[in-house]
Amino acid sequence: MKQLLKGGRVVDPATGVDGRCDVLIDGGRIARVDVAIPVDRSDMTVIDVPADCVIAPGLIDMHVHLREPGQEHKETVATGTAAAVAGGFTAVACMPNTDPVNDSAGITEYILKKAADSRLARVYPIGAVSRGSRGEHLADIAELRAAGCVAISDDGRPVATAVLMRRALEYASMFGMPVIDHCEDQSLKGDGVAHEGYQASLLGLRGIPAAAESIMAQRDITLAELTGGHVHIAHMSVRGSLDAVRMGKTRGVRVTCEVTPHHLTLTDESLAAPISYDTNAKMNPPLREAADRDALLQGIVDGSIDAIATDHAPHHYDEKKVEFDRAPFGIVGLESCVPLSFDRLVHTGLIRIGRLIELLSTNPARILGVPGGSLAVGAPADITILAPNLSVTLNASRMRSKSRNTPFDGWKLRGGVAATIVGGRVVYANPDVPAAARAFAA
Amino acid sequence: MNSDRVAPSAGADIERSTPAAAVPPAARALRHKDLLGIADLTPEEILLILDTAEAMKEIGFRPIKKVPTLRGKTIVNLFFEPSTRTRTSFEIAEKRLSADTLNIATATSSVQKGETLADTALNLEAMAPDMIVLRHPSSGACHLLSRICRAGIINAGDGTHEHPTQALLDAFTIREHKGCMRGLKIAIVGDLLHSRVLRSNVLLLTKLGADVWVSGPPTLVPPGIERMGVSATTSIDRAIEGADVVMLLRVQLERMQGVFVPSLREYFTVFGMTEERVRRASPGVIIMHPGPLNRGVEIASEVADGPYSVILEQVANGVAIRMAVLYLLAGGVEHEAAA
Amino acid sequence: MPVVMDADRIDRTLARIAHEIVERNRGVDELALVGIRTRGVTLARRLAQRLLDITKEDVPTGTLDITLYRDDLMRSPVGPQPVIRRTEIPFSIDDRKILLVDDVLYTGRTVRAALDALIDFGRPKAIQLVVLVDRGHRELPIKADYVGKNLPTSLKESVQVRLHETDGADEVLVEEHQS
Repeated sequence: MKQLLKGGRVVDPATGVDGRCDVLIDGGRIARVDVAIPVDRSDMTVIDVPADCVIAPGLIDMHVHLREPGQEHKETVATGTAAAVAGGFTAVACMPNTDPVNDSAGITEYILKKAADSRLARVYPIGAVSRGSRGEHLADIAELRAAGCVAISDDGRPVATAVLMRRALEYASMFGMPVIDHCEDQSLKGDGVAHEGYQASLLGLRGIPAAAESIMAQRDITLAELTGGHVHIAHMSVRGSLDAVRMGKTRGVRVTCEVTPHHLTLTDESLAAPISYDTNAKMNPPLREAADRDALLQGIVDGSIDAIATDHAPHHYDEKKVEFDRAPFGIVGLESCVPLSFDRLVHTGLIRIGRLIELLSTNPARILGVPGGSLAVGAPADITILAPNLSVTLNASRMRSKSRNTPFDGWKLRGGVAATIVGGRVVYANPDVPAAARAFAA
Repeated sequence: MNSDRVAPSAGADIERSTPAAAVPPAARALRHKDLLGIADLTPEEILLILDTAEAMKEIGFRPIKKVPTLRGKTIVNLFFEPSTRTRTSFEIAEKRLSADTLNIATATSSVQKGETLADTALNLEAMAPDMIVLRHPSSGACHLLSRICRAGIINAGDGTHEHPTQALLDAFTIREHKGCMRGLKIAIVGDLLHSRVLRSNVLLLTKLGADVWVSGPPTLVPPGIERMGVSATTSIDRAIEGADVVMLLRVQLERMQGVFVPSLREYFTVFGMTEERVRRASPGVIIMHPGPLNRGVEIASEVADGPYSVILEQVANGVAIRMAVLYLLAGGVEHEAAA
Repeated sequence: MPVVMDADRIDRTLARIAHEIVERNRGVDELALVGIRTRGVTLARRLAQRLLDITKEDVPTGTLDITLYRDDLMRSPVGPQPVIRRTEIPFSIDDRKILLVDDVLYTGRTVRAALDALIDFGRPKAIQLVVLVDRGHRELPIKADYVGKNLPTSLKESVQVRLHETDGADEVLVEEHQS
């Protein structure tokens, strides 16, 4: 039975559509996107999309930590993909810093099997650059590719040496895979826990200077230029890195970059207020100063930044309820991304919905080289039904992620998700949007 | 319940000698559950603590150095860093107020078995202490405890963040010698980056209107220090020129060598407080140090033992200040712990 | 607000008390005055002056802050912590007869605290209590040895003593509370 999504507004930057359109789904793929597709109830189930909603190509979060195998107390593939679809994501790319590290086909296949069992969001594993992410020998990248990895990274750590990064870029380019780097010079980082600046000085927290990130971003962009490979800067947080990315792009270097919603919204002032020494304001890279956040917002507007990715990093409650120094870095992000992005980027007038969808769907698909990111005919029917004007109050206790480490609990935002569809199957319908819950009864 | 309270006099108290115009009136009360840092105190509250400490100081000169004020109160000294000076100072203060004290040094405690700070605190709470005095190597540890515990928390030094009772006893000492702090030139020299004494003192002295100069090697200056209202210079001579008070900070020997500063010898040459440097300060300068001293590193022995040094007075004043803080926090309003 | 004692009356009362002290103790040998802060101190100093006038001898005078000995601290969760001031007793109280001086005697709890404080300073030969006004309503078995004026009051009233050194004028007032 085909499905007809009727009455919504389609925004698909990949195909240039922006307007009231119906979408016909057949066999889990997009069959037709057109104005007023004729209804034939013997052939298709009709879903009346609530008037306010936007039909977008399924959102893809290209930087999440699913923690399985090895750290299932924080998150599993099942709970992580449940959180993903509740956040409007039809696919996620998961980082290899599991335990053991995903540096072999076996681990990759394990992750994919767990994802298949959950039948929620698609999972695209990212394999390690080096064996065990120890920064010495290249991992078996071809094997990882064949098993299903879409990119390589040693995330959690930077790619340890310039020569290793060079070889990784050269080798991965054989398969058209990007090398995703967590840019951070370890010697400058030292044992820092917060952004080196006035706030850290006031609070007596050891600082991580902005230069620790921008130095390595510059290294990686230079190496990408040298090798012709594709480098993707993960969770970019400082204006120095953004400047380097812009320069690289003007020279034709194959560099792309992503920014997290929290780096676009918060600054290091969150360390002191509303909760002093809030461990849910501790992540790596740390919350930076206002000038960095503002520069990143400018990069979102002018197109220098390619994607928004959450760096969803679940940690168990006990692990975060400690002194700031001892708390692990990271916050969850899958279920707060869409409301924050709408509220702080679209409704403030900085960007239009089309640009947001580029950042959350079109570009991530292109960077990772995966199907999706588009509602073209024949594309998989991965669709996110967005509700741009929905009033959302973020509630950590109702999150589907196993972990609740977020600084956004209680935030009142405008913009949310009505429903999430993967391969033509409704995997999430927002119970707080009655019209959606009815229309998309899963 | 009726009692004939001694009402404080309505007009200016004739027994205080500071000119009323220059100094805001002291607060009537410390409306806090905890003392986590100078950052949380108003200038009026700081003055209240100093005034109260004056009265407390006299108790140390009596034949019976004890008053019954905190009788029946239980105070836990929870020290995660070794400390003789501060811990004994708190202990004496507590005992002079007749409180029951409990010392927990982590070398022998369950923390060695991997218990978290939060759990240690909750276990202590179950025995209902009235106050916990905490010293801990992590900045913000007292804030964490304050959220968890019903007991009042007194910060005896958290990481590199604050050491409020040290700054208070420093201010008390300065006031004894110099009177009002407004407009005094005060130079603080040393490892600014790692010093909690620095942060607390800068906050306190700027709140009371002093002209604060800080100086140290560029590798040891916290970013943004000028935003705290001080003048920062890498030249010790500029900082101490005409200074009324010079405060030397302890050089953390473990951290210094090689990475932040080439050698202690070089540090002493460039930043050490020598007799010659003392002469650049104002004629009535007082030299201070929170202790313990590294003789020949941040301060020459002749200066530490010389006529301008008030280092030992600082130690004595520590007990009075801590008595004042305990008294002001322990009495009065009951608080619920935050959820 | 009725003035129950004016400046003149207070003056004559203190003169009378001073003579009583000399008479009862057969001189001022071994005597010392300790005033309870705040107004007790002023009264003690005035008495010291009168005793000097009468006997030509200096009677040592000290000040006592009893706040830390009060029995109502740390109890009721209302009101700010009372401010404390210095205690100065620059002489040994051992084997002396201490004249404890306060402005108003009411429940007796202040005097009880003062006795506790004095005992911590040494072992006096005797302690005698001097008050300007006794307003009744004792809650403890305390009695003054020298009373300026007995002033029966109700619990709804409060007695205010003003002295020119601290308050600009000499008078004793009785006020009704606005509860």
